Amino acid sequence: MSADTIYQPKSGFGKWLEARLPVIGLMHSSFIAYPTPRNLNYLWTFGAILTFMMAVQIVTGIVLAMHFIPDATMAFVSVEQFMRDVNFGWLLRYLHSNGASMFFVAVYIHMFRSMYYGSYQEPREVLWILGVIIFLLMIATAFLGYVLPWGQMSFWAATVITNLFTAIPLVGEAVTTWLWGGFAVGNPTLVRFYSLHYLLPFMIVGVIALHVWALHVVGQNNPLGIDVKSKQDTVPFTPHATIKDVFGTVVFLILMAWLVFYLPNFLSHPDNSIPANPLQTPAHIVPEWYFLPFYAILRAIPNKLLGVIALFGSIGVLAFLPWLDTSRVRSARFRPLYFWFFWIFVAVTIGLGYLGAQTPVGGFLIAARLLTAYYFAHFLIIMPIIGLVEQPRPVPVSITEAVLAENGGASEAASAEAGG
Amino acid sequence: MSSIIGLGLRTAVIVMAGSIAFAGAVAAEEEVTHFPINTPEFQRWTFSGLFGTFDQAQLQRGFQVYREVCAGCHSLDLIAFRHLGDEGGPHFSAEQVKALSAEYDVTDGPDEYGDFFDRPGKPFDYLPAPFANDRAAAAANGGAIPPDLSVITKARAAPRGLQWVPINFFTAYEEAGADYLFALLTGYKDAPEGAEVTDGTYYNPFFLSSAALAMPNPLFEESVTYGDGSPETVDQYARDVTAFLTWAAKPHLVARKRMGFQVIVFLVVFAGLLYATKKRVWSRVAH
Repeated sequence: MSADTIYQPKSGFGKWLEARLPVIGLMHSSFIAYPTPRNLNYLWTFGAILTFMMAVQIVTGIVLAMHFIPDATMAFVSVEQFMRDVNFGWLLRYLHSNGASMFFVAVYIHMFRSMYYGSYQEPREVLWILGVIIFLLMIATAFLGYVLPWGQMSFWAATVITNLFTAIPLVGEAVTTWLWGGFAVGNPTLVRFYSLHYLLPFMIVGVIALHVWALHVVGQNNPLGIDVKSKQDTVPFTPHATIKDVFGTVVFLILMAWLVFYLPNFLSHPDNSIPANPLQTPAHIVPEWYFLPFYAILRAIPNKLLGVIALFGSIGVLAFLPWLDTSRVRSARFRPLYFWFFWIFVAVTIGLGYLGAQTPVGGFLIAARLLTAYYFAHFLIIMPIIGLVEQPRPVPVSITEAVLAENGGASEAASAEAGG
Repeated sequence: MSSIIGLGLRTAVIVMAGSIAFAGAVAAEEEVTHFPINTPEFQRWTFSGLFGTFDQAQLQRGFQVYREVCAGCHSLDLIAFRHLGDEGGPHFSAEQVKALSAEYDVTDGPDEYGDFFDRPGKPFDYLPAPFANDRAAAAANGGAIPPDLSVITKARAAPRGLQWVPINFFTAYEEAGADYLFALLTGYKDAPEGAEVTDGTYYNPFFLSSAALAMPNPLFEESVTYGDGSPETVDQYARDVTAFLTWAAKPHLVARKRMGFQVIVFLVVFAGLLYATKKRVWSRVAH
């Protein structure tokens, strides 16, 4: 997709720079002239929201890192003292800890939106896979960060998750000892987790850059799931998408402010306000809410190695979605069967999340196994089959036509003006 | 073909609903005693809600209860004397903080000869702990280590059912720790028949992890003499010390809630303006 207008520098310096490094032109064509489908809904503001959250996490995280002491005897106290004695330390810490949760709220909505509207389909496969990579890096970063305050849940989450590596045949024990830097989770583990927690976000930023690049090559999908066919189908990114993105972000921030200022510990476990104690296992070790569905899948499998494979498989399978979906229609709006299976899938992941917080015994374990089986069946069986057997509803010829049919012809003249 | 899919769809829904219902049924069948035996009641606190603040007099009384009762066994490591003078907290005057800290002996050193020595406390000192270390604490308390109380109201909460999650979210309920602590402090009673109470533990149906805990009932009528005429009852002591320990765990609570209201009002107004602008920008485009 080419930009609507080509950037024309006006000032002398602008011309000089543009001839040497067309960075302003790149910004202009990416965020100002970039043609965006005219029919996007608010679910398309989550890309901007996620970019904003990334910035919040990095800025608050850099300040936190200035005060954090990565030492098993001092980490817990250093975080508490940061919140007590540093100006607005409590605000920065609560923004960062709740920011992680809000980041996952946004990313899950973003991912479900892609699934509902078939945004991963051809030609956006690479865009989608880059998104899966970002999601994987986010999971790793959030887990590493959760360990740093060195509370009881931090410590025991680190123990449970690093123990997964012992399931690797033959070298599992050696690999795990190497990861720990000792024979159990301890001070060396904390220090390396701190180092990696600082590194990974910048890797995420790099993959986000590729994700945005890929997006700007193939263009945005839209609620109709049909290709942009003419200039009429799009509007310039600025001001149309920018104002909508800023509005969406501010509404999202209201929710975040409610958590940060009124319920800062709502999403964290009370046990994590108890300093880590290697000699005392908490009654229930539960991960943060955003990992619960995956935790349920891990514990649903009786064999440790297979459980770990299922855990990673449940995320890895996402990368194959563009090829597992055999439908040639993208949007669930025109897919009567997929529409229902999509919502069942949403319900299954929420059900797995609920089960991830329960002790895996009796009925809970059986339910977790059934839902785990369904989770994989959704991707490996249901998606390929319904794409082949489903009778999609007729898809509109163009975005403009569909939009005008919906709004009546009254604004036709106005839209022609905007499109041209 | 589509009828087969329809059948598959219905089966999927039935299997899912069935498995959840089955899980609930099996879980209900298991006759395990859940702790705490009694769930704490919701209390009224001055610091709850969107405009919650601490009652300065209550925090000062609560500090007195901590000092005269709890401090015999429990440390408060994250609190320095100077914190007791903080606005939004007990807010003792600078002179009071100075006088208060001087009443404590604090170990300092090494001096120029390499010796440690005791001196009167200063405002920048942290509250001295009752025991030198965990071993000493365990030895003096029948093997149980009395936990530090600095963040105790963040570190304890009785689990409530899933149905409370949305209610607590929308009512901004963050007093689970305070409600638990108050219930525990006022909850001691004689053990009923058949309750599992081992030697050296005391029955309390509000205790999180078993029927009895190693801490004996700490509060009795008129055991602390208040200077401001507040009732000298167990209920009042428990309320005051819980408020004090909530401040100790969340010393910036008042400033946080005040700023939160301002931020949210700003964001709502800002969002309104942005929405109006967005409407205007998009009024030229059918979408």
